[in-house]
Amino acid sequence: MDIFIQQLINGLVLGSIYALVALGYTMVYGILGLINFAHGDIVMVGALVALAVAQALAASLLPVPLVLLFATLAALLVCVALGVTIERVAYRPLRRAPRLAPLITAIGISILLQYSAALIWGKQYISTPDLIKPEAFTFGGAQFTDLQAFIFLLACTLMAGLLWFIKASRIGRAMRATEQNAEVAGLMGVDTNRIISFTFFLGSAIGAIAGVMVVLYYGLGHYFMGFMLGLKAFTAAVLGGIGNVAGAMLGGLLLGVIESLAAGYIGDLTGGVLGSNYRDIFAFLVLILVLVLRPSGIMGQHTSERA
Amino acid sequence: MNRRHVLSIVSTLALALVYGCGKETPPAPKAEAPKPPEVMTVKIGSASPLTGPQAHIGIDIRNGVQLAIEDLNTAGVEIGGKKVKFELVAEDDEANPTKATTVAQKLVDAKVAGVVGHFNSGASIPASKVYADGGVPQISPSSTNPDYTLKGFKTTFRVVAHDGQQGPTLGRFAVEKLKAKNIAIIDDSTAYGQGLADNFEATVKSLGAKVIAREHTTDKDTDFKAILTKIKGRKPDLVMFGGIDPQAGPMVRQLSELGIQARFIGGDGMQTPNFIKLAGDAAEGVMASIPGLPKDQMPGGKAFLEKYKAKYNAEVELFAPMGYDAVFVFVEAMKRAGSSDPAKFLPEIGKTDYKGVIGPIAFDEKGDLKNGPITIYVVKGGKWEPLETVAPGAAAVAKAADAAKDGGAKK
Repeated sequence: MDIFIQQLINGLVLGSIYALVALGYTMVYGILGLINFAHGDIVMVGALVALAVAQALAASLLPVPLVLLFATLAALLVCVALGVTIERVAYRPLRRAPRLAPLITAIGISILLQYSAALIWGKQYISTPDLIKPEAFTFGGAQFTDLQAFIFLLACTLMAGLLWFIKASRIGRAMRATEQNAEVAGLMGVDTNRIISFTFFLGSAIGAIAGVMVVLYYGLGHYFMGFMLGLKAFTAAVLGGIGNVAGAMLGGLLLGVIESLAAGYIGDLTGGVLGSNYRDIFAFLVLILVLVLRPSGIMGQHTSERA
Repeated sequence: MNRRHVLSIVSTLALALVYGCGKETPPAPKAEAPKPPEVMTVKIGSASPLTGPQAHIGIDIRNGVQLAIEDLNTAGVEIGGKKVKFELVAEDDEANPTKATTVAQKLVDAKVAGVVGHFNSGASIPASKVYADGGVPQISPSSTNPDYTLKGFKTTFRVVAHDGQQGPTLGRFAVEKLKAKNIAIIDDSTAYGQGLADNFEATVKSLGAKVIAREHTTDKDTDFKAILTKIKGRKPDLVMFGGIDPQAGPMVRQLSELGIQARFIGGDGMQTPNFIKLAGDAAEGVMASIPGLPKDQMPGGKAFLEKYKAKYNAEVELFAPMGYDAVFVFVEAMKRAGSSDPAKFLPEIGKTDYKGVIGPIAFDEKGDLKNGPITIYVVKGGKWEPLETVAPGAAAVAKAADAAKDGGAKK
């Protein structure tokens, strides 16, 4: 039982990171109908920028929280600038183009970001300087660290904040209006271009924080780390119902838990035929089931427009 | 367009000329002159990267070979009743597999009696065919890929333990020295990692330890929490990982975060400074193996290190002692056969029983070093420190110990 709880904790922490990244996919999809494949790589850039800043400051005598703060701020700045610029330069000119064009562009941007990062930071795995020593706690026989708790709680706070923001703030209302119908929202006085820019701003900022979390949690970064993370987060977004913010959160957490439990129990369930390296089968199996039984995802609304 | 045509024709002609000339000049066949001169010259080839990023290791090997040749010439060697002078032919393979075959052909054409080389497995393997076709024996001082000796060539040898010998050695070390009873094994699903882990698993099982979990990850993953949690539930006293440092580092970190109180052990893929960086404080106490002895612990190590330093005013990098011994293996075989003709002394190399700088040297039927020593390192104070040296194969150990005793008694 304690092992089960342990796997659950692992899954929730992993899932909360997936959820944060998934938000970036789902918000952009909700408003533009575009799958922004470069989002995973924006998270990667955030992670590596934070890593570089932390490495540069680790030798200085600054207190650790301050180093982390600077690293996070740097990651936020770079990611937000990157996200907004990419939208302005690569997606906006193609807004009226057939759907495939921006999709291919997104993939192109993704590759561009990956190999730019490889040029800047090299293709080696880069390790995080030992800034924090995670303290372990025991809870019902399961062990978790303060870092895990911090990541989970921060992710939940961010998600709750985002939900509130979209529901209650003026910009949030404008976002929802643009999501429902950009043209009509424009007629009602909403500056849709600004709102779309802001969506990228928000998604990239949350992505940057997710990147910092990954770096802290795993202690390393790599120019290719955004690819799988992005793919999983995208899966999470589809699982929860792409375009639905709460759905992305639920999908992320669910995917993390499924993965964790699958890796823990797949060997026993299949009598050792499938090892834990096949855990992704389960994650994608669930995805397929959801898509077959409920094509719009767990929390997706039924839209009149059929894809 | 025209000009380009002319240019290409001219350059083709020039190439043909150069190539033709190269063919016409006959390689000096002095080494094999049938009528006995006063002093016979025997050429020994050395092939390793002498330029490029691995040059320091390649030059190290060449220096080892050169030192051996000088020592032999000073001491004076007679083969089949004739005085012999040895001569070095050193070639640069640039650590490049294609260049390696070219260099190999060059050495065969120069009629060398034997070649010490190459450094990289990727160079040694393609070159081994050229040497086999030319009938020239080859001893690699450093290539550890098991495939090198699996091509079925009679001319292929190495004086270093190969990767396939590491798994069993690690296994024996884990059960006999660390007294591990409940072992969890993880690999990264690559040829290297899974092979190492499979060999390890078979060995520990045969020695009576229990394998409580056999898990696989990939060489791209960095999240092992789920696997490690499962392993935690089975309460291992040892975790073995077959893979390389980008996975091993975070794995060790997560192991300690989960509060698993087990030792961690792996192969040479994780015995790197980078592993310690990636694992952070959790690296402390982790063990990993590397083929070969630490250089200052080799039987002839100290004397060799001093001699090398006096001659080259540099420290031994890694494989100079292996290169040095390889030359002596050739010469001992020549002495026994009474000839420096590879066709005659080649069978004798297989029967080598020589006590070299690196320890006792003998070959199995594939040309692999018998009882090739493997050193276990441990992370101590943020650095890899040699902990213990083991020879592979359970039965072989006793024999090696006996051989060492005999050797000591004879001396």
